[in-house]
Amino acid sequence: MSAPRVHTGKFFMHGDYACAEGALAAGCDFFAGYPITPSTEIAEHLSYRMPQIGGTFIQMEDELASIAAIIGASAAGARSMTATSGPGLSLMMENLGLAVMLETPCVIIDIQRGSPSTGLPTMAGQSDVMQAQWGSHGDYEIVAYAPSSPQEIFDLTVLAFNVADRFRTPVILLGDEVIGHMMERVVIPNEDEIMHWERKRPKSPPGNNGNYKAFLPDDDDLVPPMAHAGEGYRVHFTGLTHDEQGYPAMDADTHHKLVTRLIDKIRSNADQIIRTEEYFLDDAEIVVISYGCTARSARRAVREAREQGIKVGMLRLISIWPFPEQMIKALGEQANAFIVAEMNLGQIRREVERFVSQPVIGVHHAGGAMIPPEPILKEIVNCQLKTGEKPWPKVMILRSD
Amino acid sequence: MPQATVVESHPLDQIIRSDRMPHIWCPGCGIGIAMRCYAAAILESGIPVENHIVVSGIGCTGRVAGYMYLDSYHSTHGRAIPFATGVKLANPDLMVTVFSGDGDLAAIGGNHLIHAARRNIDIKVVCVNNFNYGMTGGQVGPTTPYTAKGTTAPYGNPEQPFNLPSLVGASGANYVSRWTTLHVRQLKQDILASFTRPGFSFIEVLSPCPIGFGKSNNIPDGLDEMELYRQRCVLIDNGEVDLDVLSIDLREDKPIYIGEFVARDRPIFQCVQVDR
Ligand SMILES: Cc1ncc(C[n+]2csc(CCOP(=O)(O)OP(=O)(O)O)c2C)c(N)n1
Ligand code: SF4
Ligand SMILES: [Mg+2]
Repeated sequence: MSAPRVHTGKFFMHGDYACAEGALAAGCDFFAGYPITPSTEIAEHLSYRMPQIGGTFIQMEDELASIAAIIGASAAGARSMTATSGPGLSLMMENLGLAVMLETPCVIIDIQRGSPSTGLPTMAGQSDVMQAQWGSHGDYEIVAYAPSSPQEIFDLTVLAFNVADRFRTPVILLGDEVIGHMMERVVIPNEDEIMHWERKRPKSPPGNNGNYKAFLPDDDDLVPPMAHAGEGYRVHFTGLTHDEQGYPAMDADTHHKLVTRLIDKIRSNADQIIRTEEYFLDDAEIVVISYGCTARSARRAVREAREQGIKVGMLRLISIWPFPEQMIKALGEQANAFIVAEMNLGQIRREVERFVSQPVIGVHHAGGAMIPPEPILKEIVNCQLKTGEKPWPKVMILRSD
Repeated sequence: MPQATVVESHPLDQIIRSDRMPHIWCPGCGIGIAMRCYAAAILESGIPVENHIVVSGIGCTGRVAGYMYLDSYHSTHGRAIPFATGVKLANPDLMVTVFSGDGDLAAIGGNHLIHAARRNIDIKVVCVNNFNYGMTGGQVGPTTPYTAKGTTAPYGNPEQPFNLPSLVGASGANYVSRWTTLHVRQLKQDILASFTRPGFSFIEVLSPCPIGFGKSNNIPDGLDEMELYRQRCVLIDNGEVDLDVLSIDLREDKPIYIGEFVARDRPIFQCVQVDR
């Protein structure tokens, strides 16, 4: 049995499989996970594929163990990943903070389902968006991507590994059941066309005279080079507040310095991390913001509204965190109204409201079924009718249809 | 009156982060003794120092990772074993030791402990059992004897404790033993032996915690507890032992069995490989 790491070719492929193939293409060589719908196919496919490329697949006893294992593997130099859904993501939260604090790159795939609690295991949701950013205790900045198609789940999984390694940070892929379980055309490029950003590594060899410090950034990107277990640098990694050498330092100044660097490391490199798609935005007076599976419906609604002559466009969030606030502020200079379509009850709508003064209308559903184009189109038409009326009544519509 | 002698260096300095001294442990605590045995075993192991990795969870014992001059990882409460599992599988050439407390390994991390033993993954666990949660101030935990007192059991512990060697042995570990902080030579030898035996190894080290456990259970001084060990420990030297008799209650005048309880060669966990 022999198979390539990168399965170059054109396929009609399942989203979860595309995610697994994206991970392999990106150089992932360590997977630890615990089965949970609708992400299980990722683990199943990797249990078959990892041995073919000489990588490690291990099914752990729970999600607490899964994330701990991928952080440990990363500390030993692996490109590591786990895959889960809401209940498992909740269990991972403490160690997500550990990965932030240890600056161990790793990728966490969350194929979202209807939540909270056990919710709707086999049906889609987009309601882990805020948890991804705020779920672990403390201040931190996370990176999260939201694919809208099986092709994009492949592409963004590759990107997730690269961003994780480049910035020494955990990256979350916020997929959803619709995309995870969808079959669609996926094109896997040649191996040499796959993006590859390196993990920064120590420049000096190990030894007492080397002045390598595992948590000291070596240039203004704020990313410290990373030494791996077994290389001889004899590093210390702790989730306690630590100094540049990694040693525990129980004082407020060190704590403030460390936590702000970890946040600034992501914010100041946001231009390399953020990805968005603009659709008919040039002259748009109404801006629809959407992501993941819902963006598919939003695109159709925008196209139909354009056919009716309405000046509407869409900003699709490919990355959700860090939030593209500059871009949203800039759109606030041109638009009369914003519509946010998402399969939750207003998580990103509230975020958009923070950056614009125009009305932000939500098209929301708690999850379980994709939001179809019609309610989005209806709100676009409503907005169009209201243009000119001042002051604009600030309405928010919760839809159950 | 004898004068204290201050020495410039110590043979273990090469393996201990002496720049981190003084350590946080209380006078009379046994953790430092157990760590010293580990440090000595590393130096004698013949395995290059850079191949030794230590992973700890959270607790007084969890601080060991911060004092060993190795690639050292202080993870989260309960998760040292799965963290170490990741390190080991990512680089199987490494000798990965988990050094942590009884609460960390058997309460919050209990599920990982039994599953790692079942899997028989090739990591070495040194569990310092001081019969309580020392770090958080003497609360009862999964090893606290029935009716013993703790800061969350002022009327006595209403729960039965785990017998750790029995638990880990039944779960499938290749190697299970128990020593105390009085048995420093045996402990060091045993840690050394565990380095050479593939599979999951679990070494329980009974250790005084005069602050957390002792003071509320009439063993107010570390030395008092060492004296109890001296009087009551019974060595199992033929490996044949009924795991049921291994439970411990320091307050009762019963034998405390120590020694090697399980030594076998079940298949160890290995990553699935296919011919390529
Ligand atoms: C998730 C979580 N819960 C609780 C704590 C608080 N805590 C820190 S150490 C500890 C107990 C440690 O006990 P043990 O493992 O026996 O170590 P010892 O201090 O006795 O060596 C607890 C409960 C924590 N750090 N994290
Ligand atoms: S509280 Fe107990 S275990 Fe912790 S350092 Fe003090 S004596 Fe040792
Ligand atoms: Mg303890």
